[in-house]
Amino acid sequence: MEYRAPRTLAEVCAALGAASGTVKVFAGGTDLLPRFVAGVNPPALLIDIKHVPETREIRRLAEGGFVIGSACSGGQINAHTELVRSWPGLTEAMDLIGSVQIQSRATLGGNLCNASPAADSVPALIASRASCRIAGSDGERELPVEDIIVSPGRTCLRQDEFIVSFFLPARNPRSADAYLRMTPRTEMDIAIASAAVNLTVDEQGVVNECHVVLGAVGPVPVYALPAARILLGSRLDEEVRQRFRRQISALCRPISDKRGSAEYRTDISAVLADRAALTAYNRALL
Amino acid sequence: MTTSIHASVNGEPCQFQCETTDTLLKVLRENLRMTGTKQGCGTGDCGACSVIMNGELVCACLVLAVECGQADIRTVEGLSGAGQLHPLQQAFLDNAALQCGICTPGLLMAAKALLDKHPQPDETQVRYWIAGNLCRCTGYDKIVRAIMEAAPAVSRAAALPAVTGEVL
Amino acid sequence: MNEEPTNYGDVAEVAASNKPSAAVVGTRPVRPDGVDKVTGRARFGADMQLPGSLVGMVFRSPHAHARLLKVDVSAALALPGVKAIVTAADLPEIPDDQAMDKGQPPDFRDMSANILAREKVLYEGHAIAAVAAIDELTARHALTLIDVDYAVLPHVIDLHQAMEPDAPLLNDHNFTKGIKPVPKKPSNIASRYEQVHGDVVAGFAQADVIIEEEFSTQPVHQGYIEPHACLVNVRPSGRTDIWCSTQGQFMVRAYCARLLQIPLADIRVFPMEIGGGFGGKTTVYLEPLAILLSKRSGKPVRMEMTRADVFKATGPTSGSYMRIKIGAQNDGSVVAVEGVLCYQAGAYPGSPVRLGCMTAFAPYNIPNIKLIGYDVLVNRPKSAAYRAPGAPMASFAAESLMDMLAQRLDIDPLELRLRNAADDGTQTSYGVTLKNIGYRQTLEAARAHPHYNAPLGPDQGRGVASGFWFNIGGQSSAAININQDGSVLVTTGTPDIGGSRASMAMMAADVLGVGYEQIQVCIADTSSIAHSDLTGGSRVTFAVGMAVSQAASAVVEELRRRAALLWQVEVEQVSWTGGVASLIASGGSKSLALAQIAASSAETGGPIAVEISLNAQGAGPGFATHICDVQLDKETGRVTVVRYTAIQDVGKAIHPSYVEGQMQGGAVQGIGWALNEAYLYDENGRLLNPGFLDYRVPVASDVPMIDTVLIEVPNPRHPFGVKGVGEVPIVPPLGAVANAVSRAAGTRLCDLPMSPTAIHKALKRAARRRR
Repeated sequence: MEYRAPRTLAEVCAALGAASGTVKVFAGGTDLLPRFVAGVNPPALLIDIKHVPETREIRRLAEGGFVIGSACSGGQINAHTELVRSWPGLTEAMDLIGSVQIQSRATLGGNLCNASPAADSVPALIASRASCRIAGSDGERELPVEDIIVSPGRTCLRQDEFIVSFFLPARNPRSADAYLRMTPRTEMDIAIASAAVNLTVDEQGVVNECHVVLGAVGPVPVYALPAARILLGSRLDEEVRQRFRRQISALCRPISDKRGSAEYRTDISAVLADRAALTAYNRALL
Repeated sequence: MTTSIHASVNGEPCQFQCETTDTLLKVLRENLRMTGTKQGCGTGDCGACSVIMNGELVCACLVLAVECGQADIRTVEGLSGAGQLHPLQQAFLDNAALQCGICTPGLLMAAKALLDKHPQPDETQVRYWIAGNLCRCTGYDKIVRAIMEAAPAVSRAAALPAVTGEVL
Repeated sequence: MNEEPTNYGDVAEVAASNKPSAAVVGTRPVRPDGVDKVTGRARFGADMQLPGSLVGMVFRSPHAHARLLKVDVSAALALPGVKAIVTAADLPEIPDDQAMDKGQPPDFRDMSANILAREKVLYEGHAIAAVAAIDELTARHALTLIDVDYAVLPHVIDLHQAMEPDAPLLNDHNFTKGIKPVPKKPSNIASRYEQVHGDVVAGFAQADVIIEEEFSTQPVHQGYIEPHACLVNVRPSGRTDIWCSTQGQFMVRAYCARLLQIPLADIRVFPMEIGGGFGGKTTVYLEPLAILLSKRSGKPVRMEMTRADVFKATGPTSGSYMRIKIGAQNDGSVVAVEGVLCYQAGAYPGSPVRLGCMTAFAPYNIPNIKLIGYDVLVNRPKSAAYRAPGAPMASFAAESLMDMLAQRLDIDPLELRLRNAADDGTQTSYGVTLKNIGYRQTLEAARAHPHYNAPLGPDQGRGVASGFWFNIGGQSSAAININQDGSVLVTTGTPDIGGSRASMAMMAADVLGVGYEQIQVCIADTSSIAHSDLTGGSRVTFAVGMAVSQAASAVVEELRRRAALLWQVEVEQVSWTGGVASLIASGGSKSLALAQIAASSAETGGPIAVEISLNAQGAGPGFATHICDVQLDKETGRVTVVRYTAIQDVGKAIHPSYVEGQMQGGAVQGIGWALNEAYLYDENGRLLNPGFLDYRVPVASDVPMIDTVLIEVPNPRHPFGVKGVGEVPIVPPLGAVANAVSRAAGTRLCDLPMSPTAIHKALKRAARRRR
C-alpha cells in the first residue's frame, strides 16, 4: 500500500485523478483502519488529507455561517466554543461518536462518507442544511449534505473526489438544534435509533422553521418532512407532540438486526424525536 | 512498502522502519519492543492500547505508524521519571485500582490525558472520559477513586517549574 | 509433606502454636507486582519474545455445522515464508484409558477435537488448521490459501430446538447419560442430572402459595481484556518451553502432555502475568498447536488470538432455560422447590448444569428440593468456566422466584430470606452440612444498611438477591527460602489474578513476624515448584495460603532450632516473636533477629528453606447479599444502575482492598450479564457480535460506585480464617438487577439480558394486559 500525505488541495486532486488501483481517502481512519489492517486487502493508495489546511480549519464567516474542514476531529469541533454555541445539536452529535480516543481521530467527513445508517453526526448535519465543498480531478462542486449518502456504505462521490469542507449556513436568531440517540450503554455504542431536530422560533415562541432527520431507522437517514410540518406554527404543546410522534413512527423504515428490532426502533424514534424537538425548542427560547 | 519514520517517544528521539499498513501499536510493541502498551481488540473498542500522541489521547491500533513522522508520542513507559512514580501510578497502587493489570497502561494514559485537560474532574467526568477503556476485573470503582485522588497531586506537580526529562 | 490433614485441628494447631501476629494481615499494603504493572514492565503472554520466532495463526470454520470432506494445505504450505502447517491429522489418538481421569471431566478426546476439528466442525470458529510463518501478514495470507471442502449440515443454536427429537445431531453416538434405560436413539442431550432432597410432593401439599415460572439466559463471555497468547519453543532435545497467559501452568503442562502424548517432564510452563481469566483460561486452545508448529518448524512460535477468535472459539458460559416451581406457606417458609434446568454445553458435553442445581437455593433451608438438569449440545463453542460456573443463572431464577414470593405474600424481600436462611447445621440439597457460615449476617447487614433504607425516586426500583458458592481447596505447594540477608522469598505455583501475591506475603509476614517489605513473592514455573492446581474455585488465598502458612510455621521452627544450636540450648528454650528468636531464660537480653540467623545458616546446617505440598481441605463456602437500585426510562426501556451495594461473608479479609475488588468486579460482570451481554447469531449460526462494540460489557459510565460490606465469620479450618471470595460476587447481581428492574417496571422480567428492547417489549405487553 502506498501512503501519501499531500500538503495542498491540488496535490490531493491530482493523486486521486492519477490513481490506477483502489484508492482511499484517509482522515481519522477509525472505520477504515480496522478493515484493512486486519489483513483484508488494503487499498493500493491511501491519501492522508489531514495535512491539507482547508480540511482542518474551522472558520466563522462574516455573515455568520461556518466552514468546517472535513478532516476536523470530534475533539477539535467540540473545543470550538462558538461552533458549539451556534450548533449544540451538531456538535453534541459529533461528540457522541465513540470514546475520547475515537474523538481525537474521528472526523465529520469520515462519519458522513462511511455512510452507516447509524452514523451519529449525519442526521444533525442534514438537519442543519449544511452543504459540502467537493473537490476532484475535474474541479470542484457543491452539494447539499443530504445528497451525499446513497445507500448503506455508499456515497455519490466519484472515485476521484473527496469532501474538502462543510458549510453551515448563518443562524437566524432564536434558532437551535439538538440530537438524541438510543444506545444500551452510556458510551462506546452504535445508535439503535436517533433523531436530530433543527428549528427556529419567532418572537412569540412559535416554530417557524423546522428540520427533523432520523437515523438508524432506514438505509439512509430519513428527512422527516411531514413530521417537521406538524411542529410548524406550534409551541410544541401536548397535542402537537402526540401527532408528531405518530408521524415519526409512520416515517420509519427500520430493519431488525443485532442491535434492535424494527418494532423497537419505530417506537423509540418517536420518543427520541419528541425529546430532541423539546430540547431544541427550549434552547431556541434561551 | 518500508518507510523510515522519525518521531519522539517519551521525550526521546526515535527512528523506526515500518510498513505502510503497520499501526503505531504494532511498531511500539514489535519494532521498538515497548510492550507496555497492550493489544486487547485491535479495533479501537477496548482502549488497552491508549497512548498520547501530540497531546491527544488515541488508540494506537487506529493510528498508522507512517503518520507518526515528527509526532510526540507518550506511552506508559514514560509516565514515571527521575526514579519516581507519577502521582497517577502511585494513586493506582495505593487504591488497589488494578487487579490483573492489562488495562492499566491504557487507563493511566487516559487518566493523564484527562487531568492534563481537566485538572479537577468530578466523578461523572472521570467515568465518561475513561469510558473508552474497558476493565473487566475491578468494576471501575477503585480506578475512579484513584484518578480523583491523584488529581490534586498532579495539579501541584504541574505548577512546579519543569525539570528536564521529567514527564508531568 | 504430601499428607492431607486428617484432622482439621492439625492445621489450626500448627498455626496456633506460633500465634501469628495480626500486624500485616488485614492492612492494605501495595501489591508486590504493582510497580511493574503501573510502569508497563509486567510481562503478559504476548509480551514475551524470542529471536527468530514465527507467528502462528489458526484457520477456522466459517460454518456452524459441517462435515470436512477435504482439507488441503498444500498451496498454503508452498507460500514463501510459511514454515509449518498442522491439522488434526497431526494430533495423536488418545488411548481410551487416558481419555478421562477417573471418569471426571475433561474428556481429552473432546478437547483434542476442539483444538483441531476431526471429521466435523461443530461451530463457526472451530479450528481446522494452524499455520506458522515468518510474520503476521504471511500467516494471514496462508490462511486464505487453505482449501477446505465442506458438506454443510443443518445446525442448531437454540436450546429448545436442540432438545427436539428431530433436531440436527452434533454427535451420532451421543446417548444421554443419566437416563435408565439407556436411550436407543442418539440426541443432543449429553446428560441428565437429578438432585433430590426430601419429598417435593409432600412438600407442595403443604404449600399455601405456589409460583411457577420460566426463565432464560444467554451465553456470556468471560470478557477478559487480554486475548489468549503464548510463546512456545520446542528445542531439538524435545524439551518444550511454554510462556503463556493461563490460570494454571501445571494444567497447561498436563493438558498438552495428554493431548500430544508426550511426557510431563518434557514440558516446562512459565506462567506470564495474566490479563484476566475468570475461568476462561482454565483450559488450552493455542498451546498444543504452537507445540506442534514449533516442533515441525524448528523455531519458536508465537500465537495470539484475535478478539474475534476469542469470542467465536473460546468458551462462553452456557445459556440456559429454567422452569422452576416454588411453594411456600403464608408466613413465608418455603416448603418445596421443583424444577428443570437446561444448559447449553456448546459443541461438546460439559456445561455446569449440575453446579447450577446444587447452588441455586443453597442460601436457604428448604426441606424438599427436586431439580433436574440437562446438559445440551448445540452448535456453539464449547462452554468454559465463568466465575462460579453454573451458579449465576440458576440463582437468577431462584432469586426471582423468592422476589415474586415476597411480592405475593407482601413480605419484605430481606425478611423473607431471613425466615428461610441457611445457618450452621443446615444440610444443603446436595448433602453437605454447612458450618461456620455468615449468610444470615449478610441479610441483617443489608437490612440495616443506609442503601436499603434510602427513599426511591420516581421510576426507580430496588432489588435484593443472595448467592452462594462452594469454594474449593485443592493441591497447593509453597516454598519459603530465607536469603542470607534475612529477606524472605515465598514461591508458589499459582498465577496471581486477583492480588494473591500480596496475600501470600502478608500471611507469611505475620507467621514469621517480619515486615511485609521483607517478603518477596515469586510465581514459579512447573519445573521450579511442586504441583499446584490452577487458580480458580476461589482457592488460592485459602489453599495456597494454607501451604504458605504451614511453610512459614515450619520455617519458624527451623529458625528456633538454628538459634538453639547457636546458643547450645534445647529448642524449647527458644521463643519466636516479632521476627526475633529469644532465649526465654535470658529475660530478653539474648536474642537473634532473622537476618542474623540467616547470615550464619551455613554454620548451623545449611540454607533455611521449606517446601510444603498439601491437598487443602476444609474450604469455607461463601454467601452474599446484594442490593441494587435502578432508574428505568419507561419510554425507551433503558436501565441505569444508580446504586449498588455488595455484602459478603468473606471469612477473613487478608487484604481488604483486594477482597473489595473481587466483590466490585464480580458485581459489575453480573450487571453486564443481566442488562446487555449476550451472544447474537444469524440464521446461519454465525456470531454477529464477536467484538467489544456489540458484545456490550459495562463501561465506566454505566455503573456507579460499588459499595462493599465485608463480614468476617472466620473459617476455623484455615490458619487465618480465610474463605474464598472471588466467585460469590457474580452470583447475586443477576437476581438483584432483575428484581430491581421488575419492580421499577411493574412487571416481571424473566429473560436475560434485559436490554432496552426486551424491557420495552415487556412494558408494552404488560400495558396491553392491563387494558
